[in-house]
Amino acid sequence: MIEWLNALVQGVLLGGLYALFAAGLSLIFGVMRLVNIAHGDLIVLAAYLGLSTTMLLGLHPFLALAIVMPAMALIGYALQRGLLNLTLGPDILPPLLVTFGLSVILQNALLEVYSADPQKLAGGGIETASISVTLMGEGLAIGVLPLLTFGIAVAVIAALQWIFYGTGLGRGFRAVSDNQDIAQLMGLNKAHVFGLAMALALAVTAVASILLGVRTSFDPAIGGGRLIFAFEAVIIGGLGNLWGTLAGGVILGVAQTLGGKIDPGWQVLAGHLAFLIVLAVRPGGLFPRVAP
Amino acid sequence: MTAPAAIHVSRTTPAARAAALLALLALALLAAAPWWAGRADLRLMGEIYLYLALAYLWNLMAGYAGLVSVGQQAFVGFGGYMLFALTIFGGLHPVLAIALAGLLAAVVSVPIAALIFRLKGAYFAIGTWVVADVFRLVFAQISALGGGSGSSLPVGIVRGLAASRSGREALSYWLALGAAVIVVGAVYLFLRSRRGLALTAIRDSEKAAAGLGIDIWRTKLEVYVVASAFTAIIGGLIFLQKLRISPDAAFSVNDWTAFVIFIVVIGGIGTLEGPIIGTLIFFALRETLADFGTIYLMVLGAVAIVVMLFAPKGVWGLIRERFDLELFPLSYRVRWGGPAADQGPGASARPVKEPGP
Repeated sequence: MIEWLNALVQGVLLGGLYALFAAGLSLIFGVMRLVNIAHGDLIVLAAYLGLSTTMLLGLHPFLALAIVMPAMALIGYALQRGLLNLTLGPDILPPLLVTFGLSVILQNALLEVYSADPQKLAGGGIETASISVTLMGEGLAIGVLPLLTFGIAVAVIAALQWIFYGTGLGRGFRAVSDNQDIAQLMGLNKAHVFGLAMALALAVTAVASILLGVRTSFDPAIGGGRLIFAFEAVIIGGLGNLWGTLAGGVILGVAQTLGGKIDPGWQVLAGHLAFLIVLAVRPGGLFPRVAP
Repeated sequence: MTAPAAIHVSRTTPAARAAALLALLALALLAAAPWWAGRADLRLMGEIYLYLALAYLWNLMAGYAGLVSVGQQAFVGFGGYMLFALTIFGGLHPVLAIALAGLLAAVVSVPIAALIFRLKGAYFAIGTWVVADVFRLVFAQISALGGGSGSSLPVGIVRGLAASRSGREALSYWLALGAAVIVVGAVYLFLRSRRGLALTAIRDSEKAAAGLGIDIWRTKLEVYVVASAFTAIIGGLIFLQKLRISPDAAFSVNDWTAFVIFIVVIGGIGTLEGPIIGTLIFFALRETLADFGTIYLMVLGAVAIVVMLFAPKGVWGLIRERFDLELFPLSYRVRWGGPAADQGPGASARPVKEPGP
């Protein structure tokens, strides 16, 4: 019983990481209807930037965020203005195929620079630290890092929510999301707004990547898998709803840890099945806000 | 609508007729390859045919039916694994097993389509990827087929194909060539048919097509099922060449989807000539640059991006624009002052379709 409860708690906390993967994807889709197939590889890129920063400067991975976050935001802005804006239009093929090509380029560039060896960010003991709680009369050890990750996920989503609905920048995001041409007529430069949205999305991604790198090892080939998890969290939660994305991440995380409890080979599969079941029963996700 | 008497509508062109004749000659020459080509060349050519077939199938889905999949490796791997399972446990002849794999893939693809057709556009694409990952994980769980590390085709089954090694290689080559010819021919005839016209209408405007009474969901489903079945057959042939299968090789997104997408995009998506050109370019690049490994893949990705942005109809699109060529006659051409003999009373009632933009 306590083992299952433990798996459940671990799953919920893992969901925080998936929600962080997914928040960037969700945000970009919400603002410019772009589905970025290279999102997973950008997550891996940020993890490697974290690795280089910690190695070169001897910083703790969390402090390295001070460099990795702005770096990813800059990359995001440049990528959007220099490449992705060229693909946006009524046809869905160009953005899809261009981000797919970008994914292959990124993955192989990382392979060229960092080799295929798995790497990890040294968190200085935080990976193994845990706190004991008593639940229903039984002791349960909860990892500090997963707990911190979940807390950060909640904070990041609350912050994104505030940016969207409480700031001028968010008003710009919502305006171009509703109608690009009219937003342009009202004096917004949509190319710039899209660039800012991608910058924000990749800044969030940087946070997710550092937490990923401290939690587990990574190599250049894992991007596709991270994209799929992010995508599943978005669809389970419902398109265009950030809190829904957090719920989607939690459902995915719980499905995975419970599946892994039955058989380690079932971990990822159970997550996929949860996603397919939601798709069969509630195709719009559990808490939809906009039609796909 | 009344047309002037001197209008002539035709589908075929002299260039298309010449191309058909040349293709037949080339086909005869290629069919005789086991007598004139070396072992390594034969193998390479077999691989080229199978990639050509995969490219045609992906192009039919993405370029004509708007079903952009990044998960066709699900069916390549499924076909490969069915070849192994049906020959090892079912005792079937490999060729029969591959044909049956196609049928099974068609059956499996229907419920999958029912699920992932709920996703639109790019979300559909990632949904197909999830399905492919489910396939990979499920086959990795089957310990009778070697689990995560895979298995080899038993010697007895391989020997059952043909007595000598050169006989087996020739058979495997002809199967690949035959499959490619069938796929190319089937896609061409399908697009020329009434359903092909419906598909082209959907590609140009879903709303307008629906307004004309085309059942969009059903048309797309048919394309998805047929493409999946053929993809599984090609997958079976691929692993008949390799003689060894593992989940990572069978369901590789790079090998069976990324390369295929690059071939179609570079050659010309939504054209029937494009995949042929794309396949030739892809293999020419691979044979010259493959030693550079990762750099080669980066170059391929960059070329695909540049083509998509600046020449969205690929290399063939550029050629067609320049010379008004069409080797696979799909569109109708209207000419003033055609031969009087062709002016039947019904001539003006035929549909006139311009080549797509």
